[in-house]
Amino acid sequence: MFNRIRLPAVAACLLLLLAACGGEKDTEKGDSGETGSAVTVSDAWVKATDTEMTGVFGQIHNGTDAEITVSKASSTVAKMVEIHEVVDDGSGTMVMQPKPGGLVIPAGETATLEPGADHIMLMGLTEPLQPGDTVSVELELSDGTTTTFEATVKAFTGADESYQPSADPHESMESESPAQ
Amino acid sequence: MTEHSIGRRHLVTTGVAALGGIAAGAAAGYAAADGPAPAPGPEPAIYPFYAAHQAGIETAAPRHAVFVGVDLLGDRVDRDALRRLLLLLTDDAARLTQGVAALADTEPELAAHPAGLTVTFGFGPRVTQALAGPARAVGLRPLPAFEIDRLRPAWEQTDLLVQLRCQDPMTLAHALRVLTKDTAELGRIRWTQPGFLGPPVTDAGTGRNLMGQVDGTVNPVRGSADFAQVVWRADPGLVGATTMVLRRIRMQLDRWDKVDRIGRELTIGRRLADGSPLTGSGELDVPDLEAVDQHGFPVIDGAAHVRRAHFHRPEERFFRSPYNYLDAGESGLLFVSYQADIERQFLPVQRRLAKSDRLNLWTVPIGSAVYLIPPGIAAGEYAGQALVEA
Repeated sequence: MFNRIRLPAVAACLLLLLAACGGEKDTEKGDSGETGSAVTVSDAWVKATDTEMTGVFGQIHNGTDAEITVSKASSTVAKMVEIHEVVDDGSGTMVMQPKPGGLVIPAGETATLEPGADHIMLMGLTEPLQPGDTVSVELELSDGTTTTFEATVKAFTGADESYQPSADPHESMESESPAQ
Repeated sequence: MTEHSIGRRHLVTTGVAALGGIAAGAAAGYAAADGPAPAPGPEPAIYPFYAAHQAGIETAAPRHAVFVGVDLLGDRVDRDALRRLLLLLTDDAARLTQGVAALADTEPELAAHPAGLTVTFGFGPRVTQALAGPARAVGLRPLPAFEIDRLRPAWEQTDLLVQLRCQDPMTLAHALRVLTKDTAELGRIRWTQPGFLGPPVTDAGTGRNLMGQVDGTVNPVRGSADFAQVVWRADPGLVGATTMVLRRIRMQLDRWDKVDRIGRELTIGRRLADGSPLTGSGELDVPDLEAVDQHGFPVIDGAAHVRRAHFHRPEERFFRSPYNYLDAGESGLLFVSYQADIERQFLPVQRRLAKSDRLNLWTVPIGSAVYLIPPGIAAGEYAGQALVEA
């Protein structure tokens, strides 16, 4: 949920949160100054599932004046977390794979994580993720800092991010989402 | 004379005794003090979501609405599931009403034109009774059974209400779709009741219902101190809350067709053309319930709707914001009222109408539900959070 994200301000301001917005924004600036990181995550959500893996989506804004790379991620609810991309495997089939070198975000730009494109993959989930819960995810950045954000768990029929790069493409495209 | 045609004398002889002038003074004072509503100006396309009151009640009624009745899963109210559902739906509403796509919105472009969208949340009796503190103290309970009722299970009380109102039916449909998806895993939608309004037809901004009547004349004026007193609660923990009555009232238009214009006007006690009372010339003229014609009969029949609906005590008032409905060939009215206290304000009037009201010949209540509408939502909170976590 946008107002539960710890480093947001973007969504909050969009929604004209009156006085609270200004306050949070100032606080975040202060925090950012101390940690040297002005990377913020907004609109974060994760697909509900009772299987072992799912995807995290949202916007990662690089508010610094230098390019940063999100090199690693972790979460308290997953044994393994990877940053994934979805690419053409050369035969016209879109496959999901770890993003080589991590997620690069130029200075001042925003990376969008969304179904069918770049996303954060939670694997080896330790508990079912129920709609309305929140999941904490930590990003490790190339400048050595970390950013933690809360993602809202939402039921979602798409984003069938099953990690089967070698599976038959047609089967993969048409299979039911494991979360449903 | 057919069964459904109405003559003046017939009405008089079947009507109850004139109710006297008990409330006439209060009614006059009320209407005169508020005067005609200002000419309607352009309504904002975006209503603030975080405010002292939930939007969608005092805000002007847009042309389209949909009322969604949701039941929680399970035999007992699972407070954690309730919290999670409200959290998701509140977040959706906070975004969509501001023209921002919901999280995981698969059609984000459809959120770009909020068109005055409001989303209002309510708790049914099963929820308020499962909670502690102020929500429970309200003592919310279903309306008593009335003889006129022909209630159908399909439209009965639910655990939660989500009321959406919007000028644009596309935006409304999208918002409904988003909220429906986020409800799916945590609740069951019992009913979805769409409604619509025609344009205002009087200077005061009143519209018509599907029986052709100017409907909604006597109403507290939005933004007035009177409105605040009638609608908003002031008790601890519920400041800015209200209660809502939603009744689905089927109109028997095939039978109404048989009633001539005079009979129709006598049924209500108002003229069809402009909504003016039969004893006055303007819509906002207060009906003179004492007036008699040359033969000594009441001009406004003893069982005319305006007489029976007339409040006897100042507290017997509520704010109506109904919508018309058309569903598989069935026409009717989604009667919607907001009042601080159902028992004290709404029930006395409803009891009178159920006992005797000309209109009952052509209208049949087929659905009924009541809700506590929690106070306005603070940024960072979900709807009714303080009540759920009390």
